Amino acid sequence: MSKKLVNAIADMREAEALKLVNEMVEGGSDPLAILGAAREAMGIVGHRYEEGTYFLPELILAGVMLNEIAEMVKPQMAKAAEVKRHGKVLIGTVEGDIHDIGKDIVVFMLDVNGFEVLDLGIDVPPGKFVEAIKDFKPQVVGLSGFLTLAFDSMKDTVEAIKKAGQRDKVKIMIGGGQISEEIRKHTGADAYGKDAMVGVSLAKEWVGAK
Amino acid sequence: MGKEWGELSPDEKQEALFQRWLSPKDPGGNDLKFQSPEAEKSYKERITRIKDAIQLKKRPDRVPVLPLPSMFPALYSGLTVEEAMYDYDKCSTAFRKFVLDFEPDGHMGSAQFGPGKFFETLDYKLYAWPGHGVSAEHSYQCNEGEYMKEDEYDALIQDPSGFFSNVYLPRVFGALEPLQMLPFLPGILEIYGVAFNFIPYGLPPVQAALKALMDAGQEALKWAGAVGGIEGELATLGFPQILAGFTKAPFDTIGDTLRGTKGIMLDIYRQPDKLLEAMEALTPLMIKMAVGAAQMNGKPIVFIPLHKGADGFLSDEQFKTFYWPTLRKVMMGLIEEGCVPFPAAEGGYNSRLEVIKDLPKGKTLWMFDQTDMARAKKILGNTACLLGNMPLDLLSVGTPQQVKDYAKQLIKTAGEGGGFILANGAFFDGIRAENLKAMMEAGREFGVYG
Repeated sequence: MSKKLVNAIADMREAEALKLVNEMVEGGSDPLAILGAAREAMGIVGHRYEEGTYFLPELILAGVMLNEIAEMVKPQMAKAAEVKRHGKVLIGTVEGDIHDIGKDIVVFMLDVNGFEVLDLGIDVPPGKFVEAIKDFKPQVVGLSGFLTLAFDSMKDTVEAIKKAGQRDKVKIMIGGGQISEEIRKHTGADAYGKDAMVGVSLAKEWVGAK
Repeated sequence: MGKEWGELSPDEKQEALFQRWLSPKDPGGNDLKFQSPEAEKSYKERITRIKDAIQLKKRPDRVPVLPLPSMFPALYSGLTVEEAMYDYDKCSTAFRKFVLDFEPDGHMGSAQFGPGKFFETLDYKLYAWPGHGVSAEHSYQCNEGEYMKEDEYDALIQDPSGFFSNVYLPRVFGALEPLQMLPFLPGILEIYGVAFNFIPYGLPPVQAALKALMDAGQEALKWAGAVGGIEGELATLGFPQILAGFTKAPFDTIGDTLRGTKGIMLDIYRQPDKLLEAMEALTPLMIKMAVGAAQMNGKPIVFIPLHKGADGFLSDEQFKTFYWPTLRKVMMGLIEEGCVPFPAAEGGYNSRLEVIKDLPKGKTLWMFDQTDMARAKKILGNTACLLGNMPLDLLSVGTPQQVKDYAKQLIKTAGEGGGFILANGAFFDGIRAENLKAMMEAGREFGVYG
């Protein structure tokens, strides 16, 4: 049954997947097993996105299915599922910019690849990043920005992190519509990601994961 | 004498619209008086340059250069975006300075700033703008959302105007919320009970909404006067405004501001037939929008900002099934009526080039951003005019030399044999002025055809 569920989710057969989850819940299946299957399916989705067979519609539907399944098993959950995480990533869209879809894809892919992600949302001032680094203690900070105004907001955020004495404690990656090596240099970030996959491999490299 | 519009071929219609553009009229309908013979000559030369690049019948004298800004003209004059949105005179003055300083072969006008007071009067919830959710220095941004619900496809398909008037517009304009109460117009049929239909117009909330519309309309007139005024003045000085109007790909019409990105992506899986049916229903409306504007404004080029078909957004299969067919129908509808579709493929279209080449020769102008221009020239060069793709990172943080080097190489590859307009790849706000100057100079220095 689990295998059927994994495939239904990974192949984007939403109605079938939800029907299976319903049967499993009613049949008394272990909620952790259901979530495990969902997570395995997310891994497949992420892999297919990496290899270029899945695109935005699949990522969005996968995220929606995961939420739906989580809602269905939540009543059955005795305690929160413990999943081993091999690194922490702090991410947000920089000040002045309210675009979030690209960032959300990166968050999804990082989560699927075993990172603990704190998403600060959109229009995040430099000070908020600094504060969150202090509390959350991430190894990696991701700055997202779609508009050209984000170039300077990213620069200001990196400056603020430097001024707070945190620059050597984190690796900073940037990404978004018009981001490039030129912009990376301008902002003082460590690297830029052309897409979510690059973001994930940068994060993996920086925390020393495989 | 001469044929009726309906009897003309698409070629003849396109030529007719170019000729109207070349012979502009003033608001009174008389021939526009240029400020000097040089200005008139420059005006006609600039349009001819663009026309030759588009029609692919012969090379222009040199590569046309078009700096196409978003908010840059305000920032270039030291204004904030907010000032430009609320003070139309300051905005016009700044736009005039931009055009006179950079001497482009054409411009897209100053409509992008928009009338801030108008947005306030109608409480435009769909966007944030300076002073209303965005800082004074920055451009407006869209507040993505599902403004059309997943079960409203039939309503949109069966009665688009009714859907917009009574459902959608009341959601995106706060002041128009009461218009949800407006009557179902096709029910106004005979004297028996006819007055019942008009009760909503007697209700205070609806009357308040109608008053807001009247105030907004007045502000829109005032703003349009300023935008039209500076466009007319710049024409008399020799600088043509290149756009007749704009339209959208039906997929973007639904995906940008109706269903939202998340909504439409889910619809691809959950209700693909409804989505396809809705896009077909919207196609004639998207064509009408553009053709009407071209006729009214007497020029051929119609802007089409393309959003959700870019590399990475949809698979090749999804692009060919959902995005391209109705976009192509819209473009063909425009071409049939003599318009020149000017799609701006923001992001990358590297995976789309083989699909979009299926269009008639000399009829379209493609703006490319992160697309490989050499490949675009190879695949599309025989059918379409290419525009672009000076990257924003170079214009923003690069040096004039980097800009010139890029332009030189670009002109060599994409400009070979004509069919190319040098421009930025995406619309810009805050870039370095000296870099833009460098792009203009590069066009003149390297773009002359042997």
